[in-house]
Amino acid sequence: MSIGGPTEFEAVTAADGMNTDPSGDDAPADIQGRSLASIAWRRLRRDKVALAGGVVIVLFVLVAVFADLIAAVYGQNPDRQNNLGPTSPINDVTGLPNGAFGGISPEHILGVIPLSGQDLFINLVYGARTSLSVAITATALSLVLGVSLGLIAGYFRGWADTVISRTMDVLLSFPTLLFSIALIAVVSYINSDPAIRFYILVFVLGFFAFPYIGRIVRGQVLSLREKEFVEAARSLGAGNIRIMFREIAPNLFGPILVYTTLSIPNNMLGEAGLSFLGLGLVGTPSWGQLLSDANQYLQVDPFYLFLPGLAIFIAVLAFNLFGDGLRDALDPKSTR
Amino acid sequence: MTTTAPSSAAAQPATSSAPLLEVTDVQKWFPGRSKGLLSRTGNPVKAVDGVSFTVHEGETLGLVGESGCGKSTTGRVVSKLIEPTGGAIRFQGRDISGLSRRAMRPLRREVQMIFQDPYSSLNPRQTIGTIVGTPFRIQGQKPEGGVKKAVQGLMERVGLNPEHYNRYPHEFSGGQRQRIGIARALALRPKLIVCDEPVSALDVSVQAQVVNLLEDLQSEFGLAYVFIAHDLSVVRHISDRVAVMYLGKIMEITDRDSLYESPMHPYTHALLSAVPIPDPAVESRRERILLTGDLPSPSSPPSGCVFHTRCPKYRTELSDSQREHCRTTQPVLEEKRPGHQVYCHFPQVRTDLIDGQPGPVRTTGPKTA
Ligand SMILES: Nc1ncnc2c1ncn2[C@@H]1O[C@H](COP(=O)(O)OP(=O)(O)OP(=O)(O)O)[C@@H](O)[C@H]1O
Ligand SMILES: [Mg+2]
Repeated sequence: MSIGGPTEFEAVTAADGMNTDPSGDDAPADIQGRSLASIAWRRLRRDKVALAGGVVIVLFVLVAVFADLIAAVYGQNPDRQNNLGPTSPINDVTGLPNGAFGGISPEHILGVIPLSGQDLFINLVYGARTSLSVAITATALSLVLGVSLGLIAGYFRGWADTVISRTMDVLLSFPTLLFSIALIAVVSYINSDPAIRFYILVFVLGFFAFPYIGRIVRGQVLSLREKEFVEAARSLGAGNIRIMFREIAPNLFGPILVYTTLSIPNNMLGEAGLSFLGLGLVGTPSWGQLLSDANQYLQVDPFYLFLPGLAIFIAVLAFNLFGDGLRDALDPKSTR
Repeated sequence: MTTTAPSSAAAQPATSSAPLLEVTDVQKWFPGRSKGLLSRTGNPVKAVDGVSFTVHEGETLGLVGESGCGKSTTGRVVSKLIEPTGGAIRFQGRDISGLSRRAMRPLRREVQMIFQDPYSSLNPRQTIGTIVGTPFRIQGQKPEGGVKKAVQGLMERVGLNPEHYNRYPHEFSGGQRQRIGIARALALRPKLIVCDEPVSALDVSVQAQVVNLLEDLQSEFGLAYVFIAHDLSVVRHISDRVAVMYLGKIMEITDRDSLYESPMHPYTHALLSAVPIPDPAVESRRERILLTGDLPSPSSPPSGCVFHTRCPKYRTELSDSQREHCRTTQPVLEEKRPGHQVYCHFPQVRTDLIDGQPGPVRTTGPKTA
């Protein structure tokens, strides 16, 4: 992937390559005044699938951000148990929801959870918040580590590169899942503060993923640092920091953006998986927890299993579709 | 008029005063690649191996040679992008070869560079305004009227529309991009600009325009140029003196007219015989000297005269004892005629290689700013 490479708009400049008018007034009108970002955006706008993914992402984010508001309007909260009283949606004898599809009713639009009678919809809403907050924070962690270490390794090369690259190799061949399970178990045993669970989750998801973006950034920087515009800056007296952040880093925008949109769904899956194993957040609903709970009722209330699964599927798919579309839009060689 | 008045030194090139730039026996050996697991390093790549020349204020030195002969490396050493492994570089009488980055910083204003590739020399993520304004920001200079005004003045001076301040490089053609690079190099009012094949990547019609622009800027601002090119036709027009390089060494250096009208080195003869002559009658009559064989590797240059493996004279004209001399003894670059230095044991003046016409004529009149 060579995002930001100087040849990416050869087609555009080839069109006016014969242009000998120094004022450049006859540059093609449709590209005038456009940054590369706006060209990418124009391409992205034509990609309906990616746009649909983008809309779903926005919806998920809105739901996660306004979960409290939704709960207030809807009149339910994730912890409230609705299994007592004459109007309870739960069957007193079996503990299963009354009615079809997990007890769908006007009060509980997606049904209720067996036994406790908690509202499933509002649990899914809060699950979105959990999923997104863990996934985004973990992605941010891997970005900070990956971009800064990749930049250092690619720019300075030499021993810094050796140390960083070998560390990344080691991390990539690390049995991450086993380590995460063990780490979370040990830390939860030592410290049962629910907040610490969040940090550990973010750490195991974000830290072990940073080599992926780190390698991409390193590779890009290795080629960018040889470009003549870097030499030009150096011949003007620019220092390393300035060259790294002003000249090179802006050219990493594309790969970083694509990585972000593809890493968030990965981390959502990771969070769901760890929650399923009982290693997720405590005291707040999450899709993985719901799945693992629903597993017990697979035979009698399959709808309960279906909904959190669907939520994960849609969210992950939306991010992936959007990320792929973004990659195509930023890719000079794509013809879309 | 958007640019400042030319400096007083603009008018007279090559005065008898101390040279602006004095390069003495400069060497740049790159560490060789290790060939296997056991041998740590191979032979060093002698990209530049003992090069000496001077450039006076307002003067243009053409630097010519085949691909890989070390022209860019020489340019990069002169503009302190890389540190030489030997020799001295004096700028305005001061040795700058060992200076730290901090000590170099003010000197950066005086020596600038124009690059060959109009695509990779401009940052695709920056607007023209940012690119041309960067020199002021890096050097912490506050031009009169603000950076934007100064940048637009520079854009206008190099023939770009100042209203395109907010555009990105990909919206410009190769020639326009090269003008952007020139504006950037000009921003700090340097005394010397190293132009590394500034027109090689451009269409022929655009080449002449850019060369003319460089000439106009030279007389306006009193610039000195080290003008790198890979053939003798481009530099003829712009140079006051020309140095011919081969395998990291200078083969011949003299003023432009002597070089073209009475070249002495067999390598220069070969290069000159490849310069096209507009008159087809002359062109068909003249001898074309072809070099055989490949350029030897700069990591293991031939013994004796580095050119002997490809020298037409060595092959066809010299006696066995003379050849022996070429193979075993390094020539030195020495004055064979007044002001005409040649690296050859058996130099010979030839006047039959070029028709004496001046180089390509201007296609446009001088720019009036
Ligand atoms: N950083 C480097 N490390 C190792 N070798 C190098 C390096 N830079 C240049 N060289 C070698 O030094 C020699 C001279 O290179 P240089 O770029 O100066 O040639 P040039 O005359 O500018 O050629 P061209 O016309 O292709 O630009 C070449 O053999 C090249 O492979
Ligand atoms: Mg070169």
